[in-house]
Order: sequence, then structure tokens, then C-alpha cells
Amino acid sequence: MKLSHQQVEHIARLARLGLSAEERDKFSLQLSDILKNFEVLNELNTADVMPATHSIPLQNVFREDEEASSYSQDEVLANAPRKEENCFKVKAILE
Amino acid sequence: MTYETVIGLEVHAQLLTRSKMFCSCNADYASAPPNTHVCPVCLGMPGVLPVINKKAVEYTIMTALALNCTIPEYTKFDRKNYSYPDLVKGYQISQYDYPISEHGWLTIDSNGAKKKINITRVHLEEDVAKSQHREGYSLIDMNRSGVPLMETVSEPEMRSPEEARDYLVKLRSILRYLGVSNGNMEEGSFRCDANISLRPSGSTELGGKVELKNLNSFKAVYQALQYEVKRQTAVLEEGGTIAQETRGWADDKGITVTQRSKEYANDYRYFPEPDLPPLFLDRAWIKEIHDGLPELPEARKERFMTQYCLSLSDASILTSSRTMADYFEDSVRLMGPDRAKLISNWIQGDFSRLLNAVGIEIESAKISPEELVEMLTLVDKGTLNGPAAKVVFEEMFHTGKKASAIVEEKKLSQISDAAEIKKEVQQAMSGNPRAVSDYRSGKESALAFLTGQVMRATRGRANPSLVREILIEELRNSQE
Ligand SMILES: [Zn+2]
Repeated sequence: MKLSHQQVEHIARLARLGLSAEERDKFSLQLSDILKNFEVLNELNTADVMPATHSIPLQNVFREDEEASSYSQDEVLANAPRKEENCFKVKAILE
Repeated sequence: MTYETVIGLEVHAQLLTRSKMFCSCNADYASAPPNTHVCPVCLGMPGVLPVINKKAVEYTIMTALALNCTIPEYTKFDRKNYSYPDLVKGYQISQYDYPISEHGWLTIDSNGAKKKINITRVHLEEDVAKSQHREGYSLIDMNRSGVPLMETVSEPEMRSPEEARDYLVKLRSILRYLGVSNGNMEEGSFRCDANISLRPSGSTELGGKVELKNLNSFKAVYQALQYEVKRQTAVLEEGGTIAQETRGWADDKGITVTQRSKEYANDYRYFPEPDLPPLFLDRAWIKEIHDGLPELPEARKERFMTQYCLSLSDASILTSSRTMADYFEDSVRLMGPDRAKLISNWIQGDFSRLLNAVGIEIESAKISPEELVEMLTLVDKGTLNGPAAKVVFEEMFHTGKKASAIVEEKKLSQISDAAEIKKEVQQAMSGNPRAVSDYRSGKESALAFLTGQVMRATRGRANPSLVREILIEELRNSQE
């Protein structure tokens, strides 16, 4: 499967990546190669295999509804590049 | 051409768990200072391990059972990917193709007839952070991030804004009966998005689906839907078409406006959440939850009608909240089932009026069922008359004092002593000779006037029927 430029741009936009025209051409080829590799898997006959969603044989891992102390406000905000009124300060969210 | 309205609702309800959905942070974020109920899990730090809150799953199963849903054995969580500042991980843990439950229904009373509204699914996810908007930037408080959020999706089976409102009221009532959510729309613990489209009557071809957001009250849901019906009808009648879009309700203007849709918002690229192993819901656990369900509003309403001989409307109002229904039944238990109608009248009358005026629910009122019954018993015994009972009740409501104490303090007890009333009657007659002669010349209204004079002189305490009786007697005697 060959990815079109349009598809690469769409993926880049979803990932919030800005690509130059050269990068777009380059990734278009590389991503297509990666997909081609995965297509090998399609050769396997999986008609009798149950679809799996997880790779480890675990189920029903619960925690009880118990409250434990959280981090302090200072710790929570320690890595914030910008903060104000004890909140994370971000670019304007437009609605 | 007439059009049929087609409405479906998506409701998000925060669950009343102590801790968050996938970490042990306190889930009660509303009153906490910003960013104090936060840990690396709900902060979306890399390398952390979320773990499912069992209570949240239990609450969702309770809701699903109350909504007559099927609960599959297998369920799992998925990542829903999108970029937004209030979603720090870049994905929300939600459920995609294997929700906790599917295919349920609830009933609403639509124009006096029962109508079944099918429920597509009830699933579990996590809430996102809260943002506040400032001039040129926004502030993010992570306390709400990771609070358990239960989503209930209806089939597009409501045919009017009224039905949509009835559905919402019913769903909220069920959640509150179950005690799984406080259902507060204004505070955002119960949120609703509405999908609405029109089609020519008789047709199965739907027009463009409009998703309505920013509906922060029951009234907003109702008004926004009403507005959309009008707007879409006008567009269609002019030969236009309705574009599929998201519109927000502008409460101050009373209109819906196009919202700039998040680009690519529908490309969520769901995939199974690798950090959360799937769940196999044990049938014994489901049965245990089922057996522990409380009586639900619909069943309780039916029972109130048969057990207490109440009308459908009385029973509906009394069972609209579990606490009001409990209050009513506690009072009836103290006073006897034959007084059910009297108690119902008080709860729906003066009590509801005062509660609405102050803006609180019955469970926060200062009057207990015991105290209400004590007051009603004073009326039964003749200590209080009707008007005085209203005064006493209002005083009880505001001060939390007992009826007997207020009666004592304000000297409100009813005067049923004939001699005392006779004295008042004679005074009223001698003070109002005109009314007395009016009565004698056949003017019946003069009797009411004179009764009023006596009631006023006794500050409403005189037994009104006794006053009337003695007045007629005295008028007759003085004539002879
Ligand atoms: Zn946390």
C-alpha cells in the first residue's frame, strides 16, 4: 500500500507535526515501506484465531475505591513551563 | 409540509466514587483548590499504570441494570485519541466496541401515555481537566481529570423537545435513586449533548444531524431543541438543506450558533488501552448487584398509586426524587396511610414552594418528617387552624424549631373557647353597626366581613367555623 501525500499530511496534522515538502515526500515513502512490512502478516490464515486485544494473559485487574493522598500543588506544577493562579497556563482555547 | 423531529441524547454523568477512575486521587474536585487532587496518573505522565476503580464499574452495572441493558461478559477500555489542552495525555480512556452494556430502555410519560425510549449503550470513561478562559490564554486545573464519567446514549427516538426533557428528567431520577450520580446539570456533574434532525412526516430520510452542545440546564436543553426545530423547519421550508454540524446554545441570546468544529475531531483512532487488561464480568457479581438495586422511580410511582390511592400526577411528583419519596413515606408511616393525601398536599404545596424559594432539596430542609407530622397533628387536635398552620410551617422551615414551640412562643394556638370567641364577636358587632344592619337587610357578604374582623382581632387564632357559628347566633339574638 502506497500512502498518498494527502494521507501523510492528514496523519501529520493529527499528530500535530508540521512537515516540510521534503519531509512529506520522505515519510510518504518510509511509512509506505513500514506498512508493506506489516502486510506480511496478512498472509497468515487467522480464520480460526480469536482476535486478541491484549498481549498479556491478565483480566479483571481492579482497585478498591479508596482514596490516597495526591501530590502537593507545588509538585504538580513543578514542571509547568507557564503557570498562573495555581493552574497550568496554556494558549487560548477557542470554542 | 410538516416535519417530524428526531432527537437522540448523549448524557455524561460523573459517578459518586470516592477516588478517581484510574488512580486514588480524591474525585471530589469541585471545592478543592486547583491542582490539589492530582497525581502522575491523572496528570498523564509517561510510564504510569492506571488501574480500574471497581466501584465505578459497579455503579455503571447498576445503572445498566436499572435501564434494562444487556451486560456482556466481555468488556474493555480503549484509547480515544485527540488533541485538546484539557486532555493532557492526548487520549481519553473510554470504551469503543465492547462497552459495559448495550440495548436497554426506559419509559417516559409522554402526554399521558407511556413511551419506551431505547438506550443504545452505557459505558464508562474518564473526565477531562477543567479550563478557564482568560484574555488571550487559558488556565488548566487537573482536579477533574480522571473523574469517572458514565456515558448513556439513547436511540434517536424522541419526537419533541418535551420528550427529550422527560427522558432527561427520568434518567437523572434513576441515577439519583441509585445514588451513583448527583445529577447536577448546573455544576456539570450531569451533562447532555443533543442530536436533532428533521424529516418530512412519513419519510425515513433524515435531514442533516445537528449536535447541540453547551446545554447547562434542563431548561437550556428544552429551549435549544425548541429553537432548532423552528430554525431547521424555516430552512427546509425555504427549500434549503440542513448541514451536519455542531452548534452551541447561547443562553443569553436564546439561540444556537455554529461552533467552529475541532478539525479532524472525528478521527479518534480508537485502539485497545494496553495498560488495562480486559474485564470478564462474572454473572454472580451481576446478580448480586441486581439483587441489591433499590426500588426505582417507575415501580415506586405505581406502588404509591395503589398503596396510598394517589393520582398519577401526585405519585409522579412525589417519586421524582428518592429523598422526596422517602420523606413522604416516612411521614405517612408516622401518621397513617389514610393521611397520605394530606401529607402529599403539604409536601407539594407550602413545602415545595419554600424549598424552591430557597433553592434547596427536601433532604436539606430543617423540617424532619417527625416535625411535619407533629405540626399536622396539632391541626388535627384543633390547636392550630389552617391559616396558623401555614404561618407555623413557614417559621419551622426557616428556624428549624418545632411546631409546638412556635405555637407557644407566638401564642398561635387556636381559640376554641366559646365564651372567649363570643366576647370577640360582640366587640366586632358593636364596632361595625353598618355591617350588622347590612346583614339584617339580607346582605350575606356582611357575615364574611364580620368573621374577618374577629379573625383579625384574634390574629387568626380563632377557630373560624366556631366564629361563624357564634356570629350567626349573636346576630339572630340581638335582632330579637
Ligand atoms: Zn490521580
